[in-house]
Amino acid sequence: MTERTAQLAKFKNRFATIIKYSTLISMTIIVILPMIPIFFGSFKTNYEFYASSVWALPKSFFNFENYRIAFTQGNMLLGFGNTLLIMAVSITINVLIGSMTAYVLQRFRFRGRKVITILFLFAALLPTITLNIAIFSLMSWIGRNLGIQIINTRLAAIILFSGTDIITVYIFMQFLRHIPLAIDESAIIDGASYFRIFFSIIMPLLVPAITTVIILKFVAIYNDFYIPMLYMPRSDLAVISTALDNFRGPFGSQWEVICAGQMITIVPILVIFLSLQKYIYKGLLIGSVKE
Amino acid sequence: MQKIILIIAFLVVPLFLLLLFTYLPAFNMIRYSFYRWDGTSPEMTWFGWKNYEILFRNPQYLTVMANALYYLAASFLQLFLALVIAFILSFKFRGSNFFKGVFFFPYLLNGVAVALMFLFFFEPKGTLNTILRFLGADSAITLWLIKPKVNNILLASISIWRYIGFNIVIFIASIQSISPEIYEAAEVDGANRSQILWRIVFPNIKMIVALNLILAVKGAISVFEVPFLITGGDWGTSTFVIKALNITFGANPQYGLGSAFAVVLLVMILVISGLQKLLIREE
Repeated sequence: MTERTAQLAKFKNRFATIIKYSTLISMTIIVILPMIPIFFGSFKTNYEFYASSVWALPKSFFNFENYRIAFTQGNMLLGFGNTLLIMAVSITINVLIGSMTAYVLQRFRFRGRKVITILFLFAALLPTITLNIAIFSLMSWIGRNLGIQIINTRLAAIILFSGTDIITVYIFMQFLRHIPLAIDESAIIDGASYFRIFFSIIMPLLVPAITTVIILKFVAIYNDFYIPMLYMPRSDLAVISTALDNFRGPFGSQWEVICAGQMITIVPILVIFLSLQKYIYKGLLIGSVKE
Repeated sequence: MQKIILIIAFLVVPLFLLLLFTYLPAFNMIRYSFYRWDGTSPEMTWFGWKNYEILFRNPQYLTVMANALYYLAASFLQLFLALVIAFILSFKFRGSNFFKGVFFFPYLLNGVAVALMFLFFFEPKGTLNTILRFLGADSAITLWLIKPKVNNILLASISIWRYIGFNIVIFIASIQSISPEIYEAAEVDGANRSQILWRIVFPNIKMIVALNLILAVKGAISVFEVPFLITGGDWGTSTFVIKALNITFGANPQYGLGSAFAVVLLVMILVISGLQKLLIREE
């Protein structure tokens, strides 16, 4: 009797394992399937691309001609340059003002603290995607009346990506909570000013939180299409995503180049994902708590 | 005194940006929605509630709202699948991290790359039709993206493909935060896997599931990128945000009506967020 139950249990276990792996493997296939023809296609010649099946391997995996075209004629190089520039500036500003806001809100009790916290919290609820209508008209108003061109300059994206959001502030506040007040106090006794304390004591201790914010912002800016599309339509201001989107017209009959363009956007993010996997998951989890 | 200077110095820039580029536009948007305005001319004509009337009376606009239902249904399916997969992956085994990584990766991809990938996937001679031909299902081959209704289902499926990994990662983390003693006790009592899933895991992560559900609803009503890039909102696939943008920045710009669209979306999001807050408070 006991032997039979054991056998049954073993059978059931094996069955569960089969179900488990078949679910996971079919899911994997679904995820990877759409990417394969793009990967193959990016190495094909134009004739080869249209003559062969989408599943056919390219004649050579060393045909980088499409990549060359995508980088030069397709403005991907320019796109990388603009994206990196916008990223560098706006992430620096974002980290700086985000940590400053968090420091003030976490360390000091002052009149208006509550109101300011609520302002940041409530702003997170407003769907930015629709606010853009009014932001756009504000920016063009500033251009017309104050003479500060924002629309169709990199400034537009920099401003919109630099602004502090509650998630950044929250990540820093969480972290600050674990930095004992005694550190601040002993520095004050030693005669350090609050500015010194923040920049030479607190900031270095915030490095892990800064890393998290940088990763989250990096992914967000790298992948954003909406803001550059709306605010920076000029072709020399193209970022990665808008440069790729612009492929459709000129390369409409050269899908192999479009494939190479897609691969060019995918590979860097794959490398980053593989090397920073743990941090990305962690950042995501911290970020999602506040949502 | 030094403290006050520091507080002001540290908050002036973030608050300035917040007020100028979030609150002022929010206020303006509400104001514009009561006007008739082309966005550039100095003349704004008072329009009262007319923009809202146009929005709610015009069947063309109402169908756009109905399209959100496809994405909503897709997100329910997405959460259910994510829950099952997260449950499987939450028990560490060989390859569990690999699968987690594979499922999560699409979430990190550039939206334009995703759109082009699926544009090719659904092309007349694209990936999907090639597979169908290979399977001998030639009769099923069609122009997927111009088929009404079907195209919305496909577009909504793309958002499952893209976003499910996010839910999986979040769910795995919350399942793994359940104390292992609870599982052990259940196993001693002879509970099987599905009992463990529905009786122990689910009640413990109910809150996270609910929050993800709320996020999914917000996502469903503000879908933009994928349909905009793949169909441009043509063939009956327009969404609320696409429509709002077309109205505002199209050939015949109507900032007032576009803003009314945005305000309606804003109100819906705020109501949902209010529910979310209530839910959290109750817990």
